[in-house]
Amino acid sequence: MNPAFSVVVFTTAAGAGQGLVVALAAATLVDVPLAPASLRGGLAVAIVLLVVGLASSFLHLGRPARAWRAWSMWRTSWLSREVIVLPAFIALVALWWLAAGDARAARAAAAPLALAAIAVSALLWVCTAMIYACLRFIEEWAQPLTIVNFVLLGLASGLVLAGALAALAEERTAFAAALPAALVATVAAGACRVAALVRNAAIRHRSTLATATGIVATRLVQTSMGMSAGSFNTREFFHRASAAALRAIKLAAVALAFVVPTIVLALVWAQALPAAACTVVALVQAGGLLADRWLFFAQAKHPQNLYYQVVS
Amino acid sequence: MIAALRALFGRREDAAAAGDRESPPTRQLALVIDLNVCVGCHACVTSCKEWNTFGAAGPLADENAYGAAPTGTFFNRVQTYEAGVFPATDTVHFPKSCLHCEDPPCVPVCPTGASYKRKSDGIVLVDYDKCIGCKYCAWACPYGARELDEARQVMTKCTLCVDRIEDATLAPADRKPACVKACPTGARIFGDIHDPDSDAARAIRERGGYALMPEWNTRPANHYLPRRITAAAGAAAQETRTLGSGGAARAAPDIG
Repeated sequence: MNPAFSVVVFTTAAGAGQGLVVALAAATLVDVPLAPASLRGGLAVAIVLLVVGLASSFLHLGRPARAWRAWSMWRTSWLSREVIVLPAFIALVALWWLAAGDARAARAAAAPLALAAIAVSALLWVCTAMIYACLRFIEEWAQPLTIVNFVLLGLASGLVLAGALAALAEERTAFAAALPAALVATVAAGACRVAALVRNAAIRHRSTLATATGIVATRLVQTSMGMSAGSFNTREFFHRASAAALRAIKLAAVALAFVVPTIVLALVWAQALPAAACTVVALVQAGGLLADRWLFFAQAKHPQNLYYQVVS
Repeated sequence: MIAALRALFGRREDAAAAGDRESPPTRQLALVIDLNVCVGCHACVTSCKEWNTFGAAGPLADENAYGAAPTGTFFNRVQTYEAGVFPATDTVHFPKSCLHCEDPPCVPVCPTGASYKRKSDGIVLVDYDKCIGCKYCAWACPYGARELDEARQVMTKCTLCVDRIEDATLAPADRKPACVKACPTGARIFGDIHDPDSDAARAIRERGGYALMPEWNTRPANHYLPRRITAAAGAAAQETRTLGSGGAARAAPDIG
């Protein structure tokens, strides 16, 4: 596939926002002491990430003014379900942000709002991941690890972000709680993502030129794809990066999203580095996760590409 | 967790089975394309473009038409493949358009309902007024049959010329897709494949009609008739789908 920048930014930013909300909700539920201003600050950052994601998703549409129509087919379409759940989640987080500003409302509604935020965030991860995992003939995506990875990558980036914000706000207890959670989530996300990359590297695709054309021959090659230049089919489904570039991006993604954050977080945990290093980790990991999401799309080989091998 | 994930992925098969239990469309219009007859003239391509760019499905944009890299929206393309090893090679021209699957994967994924399969005749269509141009249906089509129109930014595809085949003002013989009317060799057979007496159903049945990418169970309505190696006039035609494996290939000197 040719990775669409809008979708890469959308899924990465929204995933981090969801992870941050889940981190704040977990902190609320287990009574980690957190100043109301810090809680609201964290929720505000999450809302910004989610709104940036939503705005970015509009850039992917050919007809953004008609986007409201996308709510209608939730019975069959995971994309439609995502389009319903994302604004609902943003509204829920905004409601929590409002309630957190009032001491009485905060006491009464904190636990139910936190529980609801975790549930809706999980639902949103499933919807987003299933958009890709339900396409059975894109074999790089049609596997359970796709769902696991959307959840774990979002959780890891959200927890690292929560740790960075706690360090900036000098919330010592919250930071002490976020740091090990961020470390564990980053290691788990790295392990599952690498497992998916290893699995995908070994895929033998079910569709071949023989099944695509039904022509059974000792040798079969395309001599013309039926057009003299390109078409939607050659633009949308081919990333055009060289194999070397793809390898470099894969290495950079794994290093920046998982390896470097794990090492630095462990050093911070061992108190060899100051807490403020977490802010650098959050930025480095964001870059790594953007590269990784680009790779997620670029790595997927669409069976339609079998029909578009030779321009002439 | 694993069981729940399995259930999510297993849903497809359940849905397909449920689809079988529902009454299938009584009619399923389709094209049957005879690879033995197609000469790769692209008349179907130009006729399709001409009809549809002026019809209900159009206009179909052409961008940079006289530049170095022209691009445009087409519902139908003719590709060419070379099968076999020299000198026993066959050139196979391969017309390619939407296959109007009986279980179309592009339809359920559409978030707006713009993509739909017509119950009355099984044609898969796009409502251009509802399409938001998210391209998800194109991702969900294993055949690459859908093309986003760059000027209108909506998804487009073969309609089997719905605005021709039901036009009562046309002579009955003309109520066929533009590509079928244009084909000089009669390589395109149009009809209801659910009607066992139609030319299309008979061609599939009697001449080994096959579907593309059967591994994904999309059950394409369009079928292809395999290349037949024809012997000298008067001799019986020999049905074969393995090209380039004849005696000539083995007898030929190895020229690397």
